[in-house]
Amino acid sequence: MKVNVDRCLHCGGCVGSCPFNAIFLNDYVLEFDSRCTGCGRCVNLCPVHALALEGKP
Amino acid sequence: MKAYECDVVVVGGGPGGSMAARYCAEGGLKTIMLEKKAEIGAPLRCAEGVSKKWLQEVGIEPDPAWICADMVGAVIRSPSGHTFKLDESKAGSEVGYVLERHLFDKALARRAAEAGAQILMRTSATGVIIEDGRLAGVKAKSMGEEIEIRAKAVVAADGFESQVARWAGVDTSLKLNDICSCIQYRMVNLDIDPEYCEFVIGGSIAPGGYLWIFPKGEGIANVGIGVMGTRCKNADPKVYLDKFIASDPRFKRAQSLEVVGGMVSTCPGLDCAVADNLVIVGDAARIIDPVTGGGICHACRTGMYAGKVLVEASKKGDFSKSALMPYEKMWRDRMEDKLYRNWMAKERLAELDDETIDELVKLVSGSDIGEVNVYNLLKVIKEKFPKVVEGFEHLI
Repeated sequence: MKVNVDRCLHCGGCVGSCPFNAIFLNDYVLEFDSRCTGCGRCVNLCPVHALALEGKP
Repeated sequence: MKAYECDVVVVGGGPGGSMAARYCAEGGLKTIMLEKKAEIGAPLRCAEGVSKKWLQEVGIEPDPAWICADMVGAVIRSPSGHTFKLDESKAGSEVGYVLERHLFDKALARRAAEAGAQILMRTSATGVIIEDGRLAGVKAKSMGEEIEIRAKAVVAADGFESQVARWAGVDTSLKLNDICSCIQYRMVNLDIDPEYCEFVIGGSIAPGGYLWIFPKGEGIANVGIGVMGTRCKNADPKVYLDKFIASDPRFKRAQSLEVVGGMVSTCPGLDCAVADNLVIVGDAARIIDPVTGGGICHACRTGMYAGKVLVEASKKGDFSKSALMPYEKMWRDRMEDKLYRNWMAKERLAELDDETIDELVKLVSGSDIGEVNVYNLLKVIKEKFPKVVEGFEHLI
């Protein structure tokens, strides 16, 4: 997962919506752990398109 | 590692957390509340609109210090511009105040502190402590330092992000259909009616959600939008909000001073909001009105219930799930029917095309409705558009 830090509003919405509990918001930095399956839910839900699946256009 | 011992640890210093901490402390429990941010109530993620009636129910005296604007009514606007204006006599319980959340939240936290609760700022929970298979507290990082807080019970008041409940083993996963993505600007230089909250609905405006304009006086307003995740693939709420702002002449000179994002769950609440040594309140328990996305009154009510039930539980020294079940009964008795009905209504309204919504708004504006609230609106809709309420007529 790739985070566009310049767009991220640190709202934490992706954290709460992740089905795999794989996202953490620590001190204004989003972190993804190994549980991330790349399902893309957070990508679709992010209010400001700050997330992208790595390796995808 | 620094260690704390207490009766109840509350994770989250929003309205739900502060109310829980206050009622726990008032009942004589040693209570610690954690807030991860550097300031309670800021940055806000909220449209700040609340109704008036419930404040008394939860023991909050309205205070001009945190009431930003007093609404006399609300306007519902359809995609093609039909409006339904509700004045004060008809607006009922669905409109009321626009708050200053950063002051409101601090006022509630202050009440918790006055009752004797300890508040740890800039302290984020990093995990839970499980001992002999039981929840025995939380681990946290406080001003960068690792700490442990041992407690007989934990209140999860950590909002939509709710990690505490998940760590404790409660399934909080949401269906994609039950999440709205939101974005809001604090805008100035607006040419709007300062006494009416406005709700704009319709698939072309806000797919599966609505757009709001909540005035805060002197041409200032919270202007935001929530859209359903499943209904706007590859188009974020910002695109819809910016489109609306660009098309409405009232926003010609508008500038934004603040931008906030967030997500709201729009479903009927967790299957069970208690577990052994755990109570989940407010947004963390998904106890939110699925039509309006309003969560403040529900957070305050559930926070109060949590506090009262924990005080009773401590008298018997039993914080097991069965001892905490009165909490579950209290919030369900008070709110479940309404939340479930509004969830069904939300599902149906999200499916309607813009033409039908135009018709609906025309219909209700021509009807003589006494006090206007979601319930009475649905009653009128039921007569003319029975399909909209199919499957939950018995709740109307």
